[in-house]
Amino acid sequence: MSLDRRNFFKTLGATGVTLAVGKQSASASPAENKTEFFGVLYDSTRCVGCQTCEVSCAEANGLTAPTETPEAGKIRKTTDKYRTVVNAYSSDNGEVYVKSQCMHCNEPACAAACLTQAMYKTHEGAVIWRGNKCMGCRYCMVSCPFDVPKFEYHSYNPKIEKCTMCYDRTQQGKLPACVENCPAEAMMYGPRRDLIKEARKRIVENPGVYVDHIYGEHEAGGTGWLYLSGIPFEKAGFNTSIQTKSYPELSKGFLYSVPTIFVLWPAILLGIREGTKDNNLNEETNE
Amino acid sequence: MNNSDITIARDNDGGSIFKFLLRELKPKGKFFTPFNIISLPIMLLGLGIIVIRFWKGLGSVTNLTQEVPWGLWIGFDVVTGVAFAGGAYVLTFMVYILNMKKYHSIVRVTVLNGFLAYLFYAGALLLDLGRPWNVINPIIGNSFGVSSVLFLVAWHFLLYMIAQLIEFSPAIAEWLGARKARKILSGMTVAAVIFGITLSTLHQSGLGALYLMAKDKIHPLWYTEFIPILFFVSSIFAGLSMVIFEGSITNRVFSDQISEEHHKGHNSIIISLAKICAVAMFAYFFLQIVVFVHGKKWELIHGPYGYWYLTELIGFVIFPMMLFYYSYTRNSVPVAKIAAIITMLGIIVNRLNVTVIGFQWDEAVRYIPSWMEFVVTLTVIFTEIWIFRWVINRMPVLRESPSWAAEQH
Repeated sequence: MSLDRRNFFKTLGATGVTLAVGKQSASASPAENKTEFFGVLYDSTRCVGCQTCEVSCAEANGLTAPTETPEAGKIRKTTDKYRTVVNAYSSDNGEVYVKSQCMHCNEPACAAACLTQAMYKTHEGAVIWRGNKCMGCRYCMVSCPFDVPKFEYHSYNPKIEKCTMCYDRTQQGKLPACVENCPAEAMMYGPRRDLIKEARKRIVENPGVYVDHIYGEHEAGGTGWLYLSGIPFEKAGFNTSIQTKSYPELSKGFLYSVPTIFVLWPAILLGIREGTKDNNLNEETNE
Repeated sequence: MNNSDITIARDNDGGSIFKFLLRELKPKGKFFTPFNIISLPIMLLGLGIIVIRFWKGLGSVTNLTQEVPWGLWIGFDVVTGVAFAGGAYVLTFMVYILNMKKYHSIVRVTVLNGFLAYLFYAGALLLDLGRPWNVINPIIGNSFGVSSVLFLVAWHFLLYMIAQLIEFSPAIAEWLGARKARKILSGMTVAAVIFGITLSTLHQSGLGALYLMAKDKIHPLWYTEFIPILFFVSSIFAGLSMVIFEGSITNRVFSDQISEEHHKGHNSIIISLAKICAVAMFAYFFLQIVVFVHGKKWELIHGPYGYWYLTELIGFVIFPMMLFYYSYTRNSVPVAKIAAIITMLGIIVNRLNVTVIGFQWDEAVRYIPSWMEFVVTLTVIFTEIWIFRWVINRMPVLRESPSWAAEQH
């Protein structure tokens, strides 16, 4: 027989793993921990709100150019047509501009939510969307704490639109379009570790300029995009109630219980069935 | 055993199975019944809306937004519908695991109901998918998103439908007069039941676990890390209330199919189910209180959402629980039926509070389902009832199995 004892157990193990245990595997395996995630450091004190990033993003990704300009008191959101938008916020030291786009979390909720791995955290750090896998269930949108993925509701072949940190461009050695074209040099692309060092340096070397916080260092378990701000983050349109644990952590407990139940339940149920069956037999013979 | 069973069996022995199937496909009974007159136009309208949906996109018929991507079709059709279908796993647990023979007469109809509910409500999921042609991706294995709760739920829907089909298949075999097949299939029942209960435990709670990552989006009165457990426990009495409700309707509509003996036994079954519901609801209520106190949610009770939460808990959990209690102490079947209806409304309220009403509750623009979403939902429900009726009228679900089947045991 071609299937010896050892191989049989191997196959059995593999089947068992795919059936039950496989469902729990978390997003980061030990091998991936060694990879250096790339990200972008965005310094809102340098941003002048010129929207060059928006225009170059639209050009690079074949989307439409923006028609609205940032205005204080009006919140513009990313949509299925705009992957990034700049908003203006009034503060004591004049207008402050903040760019928003996908945060590229270290442990993205969208990728953990995706049942087809269409939302995918690349080894380089960018979170990308793969249309050939996506079934359009929009669970990524439900799960994303930043409400980033957008869905084309008016298409028979809808796509999920979100910033991909210009994954195609960075694979060719180019910078993300917004980073490359920013005239104010408000953005910096590089390994996340280095960006955090750079951000700390700026905070220390320019006392009074920055709020002593790097948004994205710990938010949602750490994000690829890191923000520096001159005014408190909650006044600059940031969601500061974001937890510091990663979001996939929230459903981990449930997923870990799955293999346990899969092993225990059938055994317990069979046991109860056999137990109650005997009682019935006794009753019948007693009657 | 009645005459039609004999004819069916004889026909098949003659070998003209296609003629038999063709004849069975034709409608039986009166066509212009009040139910048909109401349901047919709605189903046709719904079909038209579904065509538009696939042609012009989801946005053309639904009011879904970028902030609220899951609306009525997921919150009601799938999440609530599956909770109502929970009766099948609870009853098979009682009959095949605890060997409670008393409930045997209603197992088949409940399993059929459960199977069709999964078939249609999971089918409704296809309408909601933006790119349904990729639905096979998580199944055939070219891209397993194993860290996703939805991956688990999708697989469980599929596997549980197969398990329920196996549980129900002896009835199909009896209808076709396939004696050998029936013997084999009924031998698989217990395995399917055990597998099915395990799957149900996981995906009833899994439907709640879907929303665990939406921590910042669901109103804190409804968001808790215990959503999966609450969903599982409530699916027990949701399913049994559905069994009581559905049983009281089928017993009236299909009364000609039910034997005298079963008619008499039905009231006693309802009272016993009422008892189980009351106990399960007490456990659920207790869990809710623990979650509420443990989560330090006292200050949330003021304001409209707080009052709505109290309405749900007092009006739709404690009140029907008391009615169930009253019904079995006074042996009152009508009260049990009323309690079942209120409980079902409560389940709808609870599931919608988590998935729609409390979801993105602080967004400026709220999602309110469009009339077309309601019509499609009704279409799904009516189509299921049509198929249910078709099966009941042909297969031995409510009526007794043919005598040859009884001899096989």
